[in-house]
Amino acid sequence: MIDVLYFAWVRERIGLPREKVETSAATVADLIDQLRAREDRYAAAFADLSALRVALDQELSSFDAPLSGVREVAFFPPMTGG
Amino acid sequence: MKIAVQSEPFDLGAETSAFSAAVTGAGAAGAIVTFTGLVRNDGGALSAMEIEHYPGMTEKAIAAIADEAVRRWSLADVLVIHRHGRLAPGETIMMVATAAPHRADAFAAAEFLMDYLKSRAPFWKKEIGADGSDWVAAKDADEAALKRW
Repeated sequence: MIDVLYFAWVRERIGLPREKVETSAATVADLIDQLRAREDRYAAAFADLSALRVALDQELSSFDAPLSGVREVAFFPPMTGG
Repeated sequence: MKIAVQSEPFDLGAETSAFSAAVTGAGAAGAIVTFTGLVRNDGGALSAMEIEHYPGMTEKAIAAIADEAVRRWSLADVLVIHRHGRLAPGETIMMVATAAPHRADAFAAAEFLMDYLKSRAPFWKKEIGADGSDWVAAKDADEAALKRW
């Protein structure tokens, strides 16, 4: 079980800020494939990965990163702070 | 080093004075640079700015950016305050202050902090206007700005 968090338009498109996901996905990309297969709103949110960023346990990471030992995955658009 | 992520407004003058008093007391600083970010009204089109963030990661990401600035330049102290939530045009979004023995380090570190806070701290801005709202898109120029460091 991992915590999956969504921010900004990703959160709006999926319709919730966080959820627990039962997964045996080996990598972030595998988890995305699993989520995309769920429902249209997930497929829409994950349609263009170039528009998304991912953090694993609150550190920026990449889509090919392994999920082994990870407790929290967050998906969000490129950041606009400052 | 002070890092604050908060929804409440802050007093720019009081923060600058406290920062200045702390570094002048230690005697190590000859220069202080401050930067303040405000909500633009975009010619009246913007009624509010909503800033979302990732609690937990935000504080860690800012601390890592500030630590990197301290490694790269000779700094006496660093201050970062960044707000989240709903802000009206003219409100203060954030401030950065750097203190250094010499001004070149203080200016460079402040610019470095701003470039990295823009693209590497997990904040997302949404502009709210009369005709609806839109997430602010990250600019290619913001990402390119990181490469000069």
